[in-house]
Amino acid sequence: MYIIVVGGGRVGYYLTKALLDEGHEVLIIEKNATICKSIDDEMGNVCFRGDGCETANLTEVGTNRADMFIAVTGDDEDNLVACQVAKHKFNVPRTIARIRNPANEIIFKKLGIDVTVSSTNIILEHIEEEVPTHPLTHLLTIRDKGLEIVEVKIPADAATVGKTVGELSLPEESTLFLLLRKQQKPIIPKANTTLQAEDKIIAVTTPESEEALRAALSGTK
Amino acid sequence: MKVVIMGCGRVGARLATLLAEDGHNVTILDNDDYSFRRLPPEFKGTALLGNGIDQGALKSAGIKEADVFVALTQGDNRNVMATQIAKYIFGVPRVVCRIYDPLRQEMYSTLGIEAISPTKIFAQILKEKLES
Repeated sequence: MYIIVVGGGRVGYYLTKALLDEGHEVLIIEKNATICKSIDDEMGNVCFRGDGCETANLTEVGTNRADMFIAVTGDDEDNLVACQVAKHKFNVPRTIARIRNPANEIIFKKLGIDVTVSSTNIILEHIEEEVPTHPLTHLLTIRDKGLEIVEVKIPADAATVGKTVGELSLPEESTLFLLLRKQQKPIIPKANTTLQAEDKIIAVTTPESEEALRAALSGTK
Repeated sequence: MKVVIMGCGRVGARLATLLAEDGHNVTILDNDDYSFRRLPPEFKGTALLGNGIDQGALKSAGIKEADVFVALTQGDNRNVMATQIAKYIFGVPRVVCRIYDPLRQEMYSTLGIEAISPTKIFAQILKEKLES
C-alpha cells in the first residue's frame, strides 16, 4: 500500500517506521527542514519537506495514488484540513486524523474524516479503568457503527439494587448483554434478572446515551 | 443581525467596529486579549477571550443565535475548521471564511463554504493597477 503520513514528529516518526517494517511504501510530509533531514538520514528518502495541506505538494508526492492518508501533526485543525484536501482533491479512499481535543472526534466524523485517533481519549480510558470508584468504564469503541461497549458498576447504595432489569428505564440505544457477579459465571441479563450490589453490567450503547444508561442502572439522576 | 467574528486582528477589529456602528449585535473572539486593543473605546459589541475552534467558546459567544459567522484569524486551517463547525454543527445560516492560500480557497468554495482569498484579490487589483 502507498501511505502518506503528514507530520514527522514523534507519532509520525514511529508510525512511519512501523509501516515501513510491514513493507508498505510510506512518505512523510514535514515542514521542518532539520526534522526532514534526520528522518531521511535514518530511513532513506522517505521525507518530503513542505506543508501537507497544500495542493501543490500533495500533487508532487502523488497523493492521487495513495491508498491511505494519515495526518498526525500536533494541531487538530491542520490534520483536519490535510485530510479534507486529500479526500476532496485527490479522492484518497481512507483518511485518518490524529486529534488532541476529544470533543473534535464527532466534528471530524461529521466533516468526512474516515477515522480519528485521540491519544488524549486513549490515555483517559486507561486511567478510568484504574479508578475503582468510576461508575462507567469504556471498554471498546465500534467505530463504523458509532457504538461503544461499556461497563457499569452497580453501587451498593444504588436505588436499582433488588430491581429486575425489566423494571429499569433504559435508553433505547442501549442493550445490556452481560452481567458479571462475584464468584459466578457470567449471566446474560433478561427482563427478570434481579440486580445486586457490586454487579458489573456490560452494555453496548451510543456515546450520546451513555450518561442516561449509567443513570438508569445506578438509579441516580 | 447577530454576528460572531473570530480573530481580532486588523481586519476583524475593523469589521467588528463597522458592523457595531451600523447597529448590529457583534461578538468578537480572540485567544489573546491583547488583540482587543484594536477595538475603539466606544465599541458597542462584546469582546470575548476564547479559542474559536473550541465548541465551548463558540457557544459562549452565542453561536447558536448567530445569523453570521466570520473567521479571520491568521491561520487558514483554523479559519476553515471554525467555519465548518459554525456551519455544520451549529447551523449558522451564513458563514464567511478568509483563506490566504488560493488553492485551498478554491477547494473549500467548491465544497460550499463562502471563502475569500485576500491573496488572490489583492494580486488581481495590483495587476490591474500596474497594467492600466
